[in-house]
Amino acid sequence: MDRSILEGNPHLVLEGMLIGAWAIGSEQGYIYVRNEYPLAVEHARAAVEHAREFGLLGDRILGSDLCFDVEVARGGGAFVCGESTALMASLEGKVGEPRPKDVHTVEEGLWNKPTTLNNVETWANVPLIIRNGAKWFVGKGTKGSKGTKIFALTGRVKNTGLVEVAMGTPLRTIIFDIGGGPSDGVPIKAVQTGGPSGGCLPVEKFDLPLDFDTLAEAGSMVGSGGMVVMDERTCMVDVAKYFLAFLQDESCGKCVPCRIGIDRMLEIITDITEGRGRPEQLDLLQELAETVRETSLCALGKTAPNPVLSTLHYFRQGYEAHIAQARCPAGVCRALIEYVIDEEQCKGCGSCLRACPRNAISGEKKQPHVIDPNTCERCGICVSECQFGAIVLK
Amino acid sequence: MSLVLPETLLQGRRSQPQQLIEVLHDIQELRGYIPQESMIALSKELGVPLIDVYRVASFYKAFSLVPRGEHLVTVCMGTACHVRGAAPMVHQLAGQLEVEPGGTTTDGLFTLECVNCLGACALGPIVVLDGVYHDHMTPRRLRRLIESVRRAENEGRSNV
Repeated sequence: MDRSILEGNPHLVLEGMLIGAWAIGSEQGYIYVRNEYPLAVEHARAAVEHAREFGLLGDRILGSDLCFDVEVARGGGAFVCGESTALMASLEGKVGEPRPKDVHTVEEGLWNKPTTLNNVETWANVPLIIRNGAKWFVGKGTKGSKGTKIFALTGRVKNTGLVEVAMGTPLRTIIFDIGGGPSDGVPIKAVQTGGPSGGCLPVEKFDLPLDFDTLAEAGSMVGSGGMVVMDERTCMVDVAKYFLAFLQDESCGKCVPCRIGIDRMLEIITDITEGRGRPEQLDLLQELAETVRETSLCALGKTAPNPVLSTLHYFRQGYEAHIAQARCPAGVCRALIEYVIDEEQCKGCGSCLRACPRNAISGEKKQPHVIDPNTCERCGICVSECQFGAIVLK
Repeated sequence: MSLVLPETLLQGRRSQPQQLIEVLHDIQELRGYIPQESMIALSKELGVPLIDVYRVASFYKAFSLVPRGEHLVTVCMGTACHVRGAAPMVHQLAGQLEVEPGGTTTDGLFTLECVNCLGACALGPIVVLDGVYHDHMTPRRLRRLIESVRRAENEGRSNV
């Protein structure tokens, strides 16, 4: 959503920053954009150029005493640079490692100067609030979360895209009304909110109003505003593993709880998804997750256990099936599944044979084909290729 | 003009250590990777110790320290794409190109790269080939896409 604001209306962000600069007496602003969003970088830079041409940025703006300029900086593809102190280190041309926040960035931030840092969407709200008044803004929303918020609704729903809703709108309205419900008729199982640091909420929680406090209480968060809908074909243990693998990769490695804690959690979850899980590991996982949450240096580590804790809390039976029966109920975890070709259904058309990227399928034309389980990587590509539904999970 | 560190990349940036990441981005775009000689030259021009240039260049995912193939295939591994089937895309490419993510094919034609999120979540799964976004990708379409690039390359080479 921040990407589309920067691409679609970067001037709104600049205007918000100008108002902010005037309010705090700043002379230099920075827009830090992910390098993966080239169009956002280009548009933000063009907007800054235009604003300079019109005298809306630079020295003595519109003849006033206000001097303010903005620089657009590209990120380097590090998730941790979303953390305020890491972001500022990156702006200084350094490695994006967070520092302890005993001295807050509003006192000593970028170049050791007082710095205010806000999200793109926040800045974009500022001009509208100034123009229409605070009353207008708080006219929508809940007690603790005012106004509207843009969410990126994706995953297994019919309608995907950016949706702007009043804070406090129930999850169900967004997913089933705006999102149009499940995409392929497979029942929806959960929604993951807040990006990799967020949590997964089950269908039973879909009547919760979407605001900062309620989501945090339920074990997730509003966070990035991402909202990924998952259906019965999604394995929640695999989801937790996916996020841990992501966070392990993205942890900057500066503090021990995050660096080693995430690593250990990933080891345990990998054991579980590969059929080596033991029942007592669930308690260990819980304990580790809580320790990482309590003792990590920055928000990346503090929120990293969210995917584990929320799936353990709401989808424990999924974990138990992996451990007790070495079975993945959703048929996702590759070590626990095996694809076979049903001889009765197979017409020997050869489309799976051509599609298999590992050449694990063999057979003569018009004769039933077979999958070699030793070569098969269980990617499931053949299943999507077969028109006869002949490839099934064993 | 020296390709190690072209003058145009340095204009207005000399002796400004904070420009390190921006210049590295430009080198990456120009050369497709960050050569060692460029890091040494950059260290002198910006006044940043070489160890710090290396540290930054190796910390951020946007920079590659080894040359990439002629064609860059990027698979988005963001959550939305993951849920909609990014893993089969990686399997398809890994199998078809016989290379693991991060690697380059032996003929130097393709580099397979996985990135965290391209921010086009409503269009997933997303595969980017040489800067062109392919949305709602399927393994079948991906296989044909790679085949077509290979075919074009073979024809191009046989014509020379």
